[in-house]
Amino acid sequence: MQLNVPDRDYMHSGHVGCPGCGAAVAMKFVLRALGNKTIMVLPACCWSIIAGPYPQSTLQIPLIHSAFETGGAMASGVRAALDVKGDKETCVVTWAGDGGTFDIGFQALSGAVERNEDFIYFCYDNEAYMNTGIQRSSSTPYGAWTTTTPGRDWKRMRKKNIVEALVAHRIPYAATASIAYPEDLLRKVSKARSIKGSRFLHIFASCPTGWRIPSEISVKIARMAVQTNIFPLYEVENGRKYTINFMPKGYLVKEYFKLQGRFKHLSESDLDQIQAMVEEDWELLLRKAGVPLQG
Amino acid sequence: MKQVLEGSHAVAEAVRLARVNVISAYPITPQTHIVERLSDFCADGRLDARFLRVESEHSALAALIGASSTGVRTFTATSSQGLALMHELLHWASGARLPIVMAEVNRALAPGWNIWTDQTDSLAQRDTGWMQLYCETGQEVLDTTLQAYWLAETVNLPVMVILDAFFLSHTYEPVDIPSQEQVNGFLPDYQPRFQLDTRNPCAFNQLAPPNVYMEMRHNIQQAMDQVLSRFGQMEDGFGVVFGRRYGEVEPLQCDDAQIILVTSGTITSTSRALQQQLRADGERVGLLKIKLFRPFPADAVRRILGGAQKVAVIDRNCSFGAGGIFAQEVRAALCNLSARPLVFSYIAGLGGRDVTLDVLKLIYRHTKDCEHCPDDSIWMGLHEVHHAT
Ligand SMILES: Cc1ncc(C[n+]2csc(CCOP(=O)(O)OP(=O)(O)O)c2C)c(N)n1
Ligand code: SF4
Ligand SMILES: [Mg+2]
Repeated sequence: MQLNVPDRDYMHSGHVGCPGCGAAVAMKFVLRALGNKTIMVLPACCWSIIAGPYPQSTLQIPLIHSAFETGGAMASGVRAALDVKGDKETCVVTWAGDGGTFDIGFQALSGAVERNEDFIYFCYDNEAYMNTGIQRSSSTPYGAWTTTTPGRDWKRMRKKNIVEALVAHRIPYAATASIAYPEDLLRKVSKARSIKGSRFLHIFASCPTGWRIPSEISVKIARMAVQTNIFPLYEVENGRKYTINFMPKGYLVKEYFKLQGRFKHLSESDLDQIQAMVEEDWELLLRKAGVPLQG
Repeated sequence: MKQVLEGSHAVAEAVRLARVNVISAYPITPQTHIVERLSDFCADGRLDARFLRVESEHSALAALIGASSTGVRTFTATSSQGLALMHELLHWASGARLPIVMAEVNRALAPGWNIWTDQTDSLAQRDTGWMQLYCETGQEVLDTTLQAYWLAETVNLPVMVILDAFFLSHTYEPVDIPSQEQVNGFLPDYQPRFQLDTRNPCAFNQLAPPNVYMEMRHNIQQAMDQVLSRFGQMEDGFGVVFGRRYGEVEPLQCDDAQIILVTSGTITSTSRALQQQLRADGERVGLLKIKLFRPFPADAVRRILGGAQKVAVIDRNCSFGAGGIFAQEVRAALCNLSARPLVFSYIAGLGGRDVTLDVLKLIYRHTKDCEHCPDDSIWMGLHEVHHAT
């Protein structure tokens, strides 16, 4: 299939991510849409490694690695300096994992968005702290095994809804996207780039290593997350206008769960319970988007 | 132009005159007057800078690391809890070789809550790769802030300009505010050696494996060494324009002194009075004020203290389990001399307790009368403690 997306890459061929790494795919697509008039702030995450050690760099844009919890703050500073220098053309972006976004970096992100700093915050979500060896984050979904939720202590809290938290800030633009839907992803990046103020993109990025899946089904799993309504594709403008970008056929969540080692301990009744949770979340989203509930 | 100014406002005037581009700060007593005055300057156009009102000190310094890496002059101010919260990023700023300048108002750390002066907050950050300059007067605060930019931008390391809570931050003194032309004559426009630039894309602060990390750290040490050799040059330049100099240390009648008091910050002013009184009484006493603490001016300290019989270091701080911090550094500087003075370590004035002339007299008397110099620090003026039962 031919993708209708820009084909100039700003990532060199060759990086040190695992085979099938969704985070690497996400970066490749995002940079195609952003172009090279971009400065990237990169808090600690798997990408701190993927980007390569001194003196090499995988990326063809200026990149500043930063402390784990500083994605929102450091980008604010870069933006301020560019403003002082009269550079309106360069786009400042933060690229952070779910841990750096939902957890330790949430304060700085919230502060930056409250001030409506002019930057795009990208969170690539692999649903755990992968860099440090698959520990749970507040983005880890209900039911998942991680190295800090092992055995019968599998995670029994729901995943934090980060987009809704950002929407509560009345952020000018917030959207979800997936590596399995590149055209939708690139359109959202281009749209975000054209808007002033704070913008947030939540990108679902599968992780074969942490999810215990074969690397060749990385994209398939990401697609199934959308098709099962586990990770709906939608966007929210100015904290009010919801648009759902993809109406799934409603596959059962267990199809998605059964392919992944991180969920293999779950019983049928656990999966039924999760199915009910996913439906509840989906209906809530439909209501916000003003879409009538079916059947 | 002479004005009667608060120490905090002296900082703000210097930041304005230094033509800072990005300021980022979070309020904490007793730093607030600095950032309030700077907010006024930005609001009324006297300073053309972006002021980021961030949600924490941690973010304040993170934002400046971003701004400074993008090639502009930056400033922040904090104190105590705020500095402690910044700790991780202090290392980032020096490791990234950024010439960020910070005013740090010495305040005690909680618990219990205490907003009064105490140097433990800044001294606990002595290993973070920041230069530290301790000030005594409002004029020195203003001058040192300007000098801090010169030093920072010359060696690419960040600087803390340190002033005592209230005794300096909130005390009004006559201060000569220089003209913009004078300041421009001393402090040129900032020329960054590297910056984030889309025309020359580079990765900053990236993964540094064992084969390169150690050299990066050695470079920082070399930059600190360079501060010691460039300090005099900086002060020569400053002296030409302003007619003043301070020295990285300031000795007062130390040449023939048998006993030398060693101080920093505002305790120095009271010690000057005592030193004069004692000299008038015929005592051979000298005073050494230490202004530059990082890098530590060990050569100067050795040269000035080496010939004395006894040294009394007065610390308004404590490294628990080791004692007064200036005293440790002084002892370390002297330890390889074949003949060296006894170094007495005194702790006084923690949490803003007054260090009066009487306290200093006791310290002098004790140093003079005591034949055996204790290894441990001597705590001055402790009240009797009644423990809860
Ligand atoms: C203050 C601090 N605490 C902990 C760490 C260790 N650490 C580095 S990356 C990371 C996890 C990152 O998780 P996430 O943001 O989800 O990105 P991922 O590695 O999953 O891509 C942790 C815990 C750190 N660098 N800094
Ligand atoms: S652990 Fe996961 S996110 Fe990290 S590089 Fe490997 S596949 Fe990518
Ligand atoms: Mg993660």
